[in-house]
Amino acid sequence: MAQTKRDLLIDPLVDNNPITLQVLGICSALAVTSSLQVAFVMALAVTSVTAFSSMFISVLRNQIPGSIRIIVQMVIIASLVIIVDQVLKAYAYDVSKTLSVFVGLIITNCIVMGRAEAFAMKNTPIDSFIDGAGNGLGYGALLLVVGFIRELFGAGSLFGFTILPTVNNGGWYVPNGMLLLPPSAFFIIGLLIWAVRSWKPEQVEEREYKIQVVEGH
Amino acid sequence: MSDASNENKGAIARFLAAPPDSVGKTVFIAVTLCLVASMIVSAVSVALRPLQEQNKLKDKQANVLQVAGLYEPGMDVLEGFSVFEPHVLELETGTFTDAFDAATFDDRAAASDPELSVALSDDPAGIGRQSKFVTVYLLRNDDGSLDKVILPIHGYGLWSTLYGFIALEENGNDIFGLQFYSHAETPGLGAEVDNPRWKSLWNGKKLADDAGELQITVAKSASAAGADHHVDALAGATLTSVGVDNLVRFWMGEAGFAPFLENLKAGEI
Repeated sequence: MAQTKRDLLIDPLVDNNPITLQVLGICSALAVTSSLQVAFVMALAVTSVTAFSSMFISVLRNQIPGSIRIIVQMVIIASLVIIVDQVLKAYAYDVSKTLSVFVGLIITNCIVMGRAEAFAMKNTPIDSFIDGAGNGLGYGALLLVVGFIRELFGAGSLFGFTILPTVNNGGWYVPNGMLLLPPSAFFIIGLLIWAVRSWKPEQVEEREYKIQVVEGH
Repeated sequence: MSDASNENKGAIARFLAAPPDSVGKTVFIAVTLCLVASMIVSAVSVALRPLQEQNKLKDKQANVLQVAGLYEPGMDVLEGFSVFEPHVLELETGTFTDAFDAATFDDRAAASDPELSVALSDDPAGIGRQSKFVTVYLLRNDDGSLDKVILPIHGYGLWSTLYGFIALEENGNDIFGLQFYSHAETPGLGAEVDNPRWKSLWNGKKLADDAGELQITVAKSASAAGADHHVDALAGATLTSVGVDNLVRFWMGEAGFAPFLENLKAGEI
């Protein structure tokens, strides 16, 4: 399958989105989408970790012993995640306080490991970097959509700026508290997957089994 | 690859060409990678530590300023903070001590130091160990008379320990403000402790009634002691509200700042 560099970057945004098609990285998508600002920083963090970890792993791909390859990938990913966490604590302290453990949990984000194992181990560093960035952005795009819905209807604001003045602050909008709780992200992501698959029916997987019609005797 | 071509290469090239699955190479890659990764991580951590410490300090100072009603967005926190007079307070006696430097004393570290803290048996605030010494901040008027005292408080809510400050007027009974700077309560429900409208409810409340009984409470229904001692609980966040109620009553009680407040009322501070 010949892919141009542009395809590598654009494909994961919708056609091969890690969340809606591959259904990876759902855990953190539930946790960090209650406000747009946090979702945005998380998207940046995941994108940079996926891109750079794919690149470094690809550089080493011919030297990594097969027996310890997962550990080698984990060491590279974990180091990058710690660096991202430290940088956030130094330059974006307020956001790092809200993201708290979720930055650390990027290590276990299936998207990062998935790209390392499925793509970076077999492709050149530059392609791997672009592929990692594309997948990170695909994850980030979905995070922002979910964050937009949750913050607007759950808290009446976007990026912390009030759009719908809430009753608590003397306005008229009664916020939907459920949207601020993690389960609401399940519903939103589910509806989004439905919407994307109706728009692009080729994403629908074939059923693993069929209900057979038995003809009457 | 023939042996002849191998002999023409240097040691590094020969090593790179060796099959990655050999034992020697597996061990070498594992050790080298760990060394390199740990060096990079430590270097980043050491390089960024001063900035991180500064952020933490700034965040705490900004919260002291906020609870005292002196914070304006975009202000120079360090400069604004210099109006406060920090002191290390011995809780049991309610007097200031010079045994520690107030600028560097770490309340949280002290709370887990067996020499500086006590394990609580009666522990409504859910904090486990209580430091014997805490840092308090005094704010003085231009003529040197006391204006406000800012006292650190913390306790368990629903999910997390809430850390914050309470600002009292110079009489040691009237509340000026209450503010939490670190917690992990449910966004939109318990985290509404950060809501400015809720925080403003504390302004003007009184800790104790005329008889000196501690009456302040966070509750859904009006308190028998009167509106002066009642702060409306947060809607949909019963356990966080109960936690705030417990921790405020704990810290303002005998095990907390009561001896200090006595001294304050007696004019000895």
